[in-house]
Amino acid sequence: MARQKLLEVKNLKQYFPAGRGEVVKAVDGVTFDIYKGETFGLVGESGCGKSTTGRTIIRLYEATEGEVLFNGVNVHGKKSKKELKELNRKMQMIFQDPYASLNPRMTVADIIAEGIDIHGLAKTKEERMQRVYELLETVGLNREHANRYPHEFSGGQRQRIGIARALAVEPEFIIADEPISALDVSIQAQVVNLLKRLQREKGLTYLFIAHDLSMVKYISDRIGVMYFGKMVELAESEELYRNPIHPYTKALLSAIPLPDPETERTRKRIVYDPAQHGYRDGEELEFREITPGHFVLCSEEEYKRYRAMYA
Amino acid sequence: MEKILQVNDLHISFDIHAGEVQAVRGVTFDLYKGETLAIVGESGSGKSVTSKALMRLLPTPPSRIKQGEILFEGKDLTKLSEKEMQSIRGAKISMIFQDPMTSLNPTMTIGKQIMEAILKHQKLSKDEARKRAIELLQLVGIKNAELRMKQYPHQFSGGMRQRVVIAIALACNPKILIADEPTTALDVTIQAQILELMKDIQKKLGMSIIFITHDLGVVANMADRVAVMYAGKIVEIGTVDEIFYNPKHPYTWGLLASMPSLDHKDTELYSIPGSPPDLLNPPKGDAFAPRNPYALKIDYELEPPMFQVSDTHYAATWLLHEMAPKVEPPAVVRERMERFADIVARKGGKPRG
Repeated sequence: MARQKLLEVKNLKQYFPAGRGEVVKAVDGVTFDIYKGETFGLVGESGCGKSTTGRTIIRLYEATEGEVLFNGVNVHGKKSKKELKELNRKMQMIFQDPYASLNPRMTVADIIAEGIDIHGLAKTKEERMQRVYELLETVGLNREHANRYPHEFSGGQRQRIGIARALAVEPEFIIADEPISALDVSIQAQVVNLLKRLQREKGLTYLFIAHDLSMVKYISDRIGVMYFGKMVELAESEELYRNPIHPYTKALLSAIPLPDPETERTRKRIVYDPAQHGYRDGEELEFREITPGHFVLCSEEEYKRYRAMYA
Repeated sequence: MEKILQVNDLHISFDIHAGEVQAVRGVTFDLYKGETLAIVGESGSGKSVTSKALMRLLPTPPSRIKQGEILFEGKDLTKLSEKEMQSIRGAKISMIFQDPMTSLNPTMTIGKQIMEAILKHQKLSKDEARKRAIELLQLVGIKNAELRMKQYPHQFSGGMRQRVVIAIALACNPKILIADEPTTALDVTIQAQILELMKDIQKKLGMSIIFITHDLGVVANMADRVAVMYAGKIVEIGTVDEIFYNPKHPYTWGLLASMPSLDHKDTELYSIPGSPPDLLNPPKGDAFAPRNPYALKIDYELEPPMFQVSDTHYAATWLLHEMAPKVEPPAVVRERMERFADIVARKGGKPRG
């Protein structure tokens, strides 16, 4: 079965002015595709540009360079109101902080129905409330919650409200930016199971941004690793964990403590030093395919070495 | 092993408008010399309140130590005056917090802040204090210590700031270091560095560490013993091997099973249903019963006592009672238990951390 590309990110760049004519290259030429129905995980440390990538894809930021194609249509560039609305309906976002991302002055029903109202998806008041009730039940809350305010809910429940809001406009693609980092361990599993169930039922596609690598591995089909605005490695999640190639990925994986005292006692941490590549000035780094579906950012020389070692 | 701290039946409540929040409801544990005891639990389980009570850092009112004692060097810390406490806090018991930015003063140089801690507790001249401060910065792995002394917190990265906070905590060679989620705000690679640093320093100085966290990976890495807290109580305590490979409490099962393991992918994650109880009105019986798929009838009536599993391992669940039915823990936990026998055998019958 040929996989269908839902989202194509091509050489995406997002620079921010940092004053005195300097720029911060938050995202510096990132290229990847997301297939329909899959979960693409994006990992990296704070400041590596993973959240900026997500926000630029959904056009919260105007891209400095490069393009984002959604179903073949460029997200960026000049758009009529109607076109924008159409894209906004198909792409939704779930945010990290369930406290900051819900308006404290709106009832849960209004928060969830905001998208329904904007896109005119309900013809009557009854239909609108019916949709809200259905959504609440879908995410494991109940209809009595509709008239309450966000402060009456726990973190996990708020994250469910955030998910219901994203689902309200029946999107195809959801960007989840660290959706579980702010939650307790026992609640994290609930939310992850919910996201997985929704994906099965509605055929959703996810971009899952996180720094918790064990959870990312669990939920993702493929994973991209970012470092300083660049994607350094991309592979299927099993493959990435079993055979990490880029030294940064190795370092990152070796730093995660696992809930297993036996392995922890023998764990050796690998330290990544960007100088270890020994790149010459002006050497072209490219994102190259080492084994099928496994890409690494490397020089021509490294490519040959990696090929000899892994392919 | 020598006990350095004993906490007996500690109860702490907060009097708020709506009534009394019973944040800690009878916590008992010992801390041994040179060990790391991890306290794990969800937010609201009382782990931070317990640790702050050890330092007497909870404001009264609203907080109140209702009952219990904290024995340290022959004194009951709950009975000391603020003045007496000041000679212990920061000198014999130190604490580091989650957010290294808010625990440093942004308007003071790093050097001044470390020297402040030294001068407060030790009879040293300013010059000697400065020397000691530089030593401390070197101890926590900060290069160019003399230059760094003159810099302000904003000139340091998150990981470096946490190193400075650790240096301040170590300024007076404390007997006990309480670390309240010291790495939660840091990236994994930085976290790994800080954890290595803490273990290294512990080896050098021989202090005891109380490590508060909700990250079971960090616990597996750091702890000798583990106490699991739920709704203001310790529900299970044991060596790190006992807790990870032979857990007895269904809440511990739930915590371990809700972490994705590296080789299970297609199965749904085990999740603990519901959310923690409201400690304004703690439920009757076992507080975990409403979320516990293994709950027995008695759990809703009577609180379980601590049952002894081994010399070092205790758990508060009726499942350990001789009349309780046999239950099967989640598959992931059963797999862990299968490894327990191996580990015990390999260590010559002593499942220690």
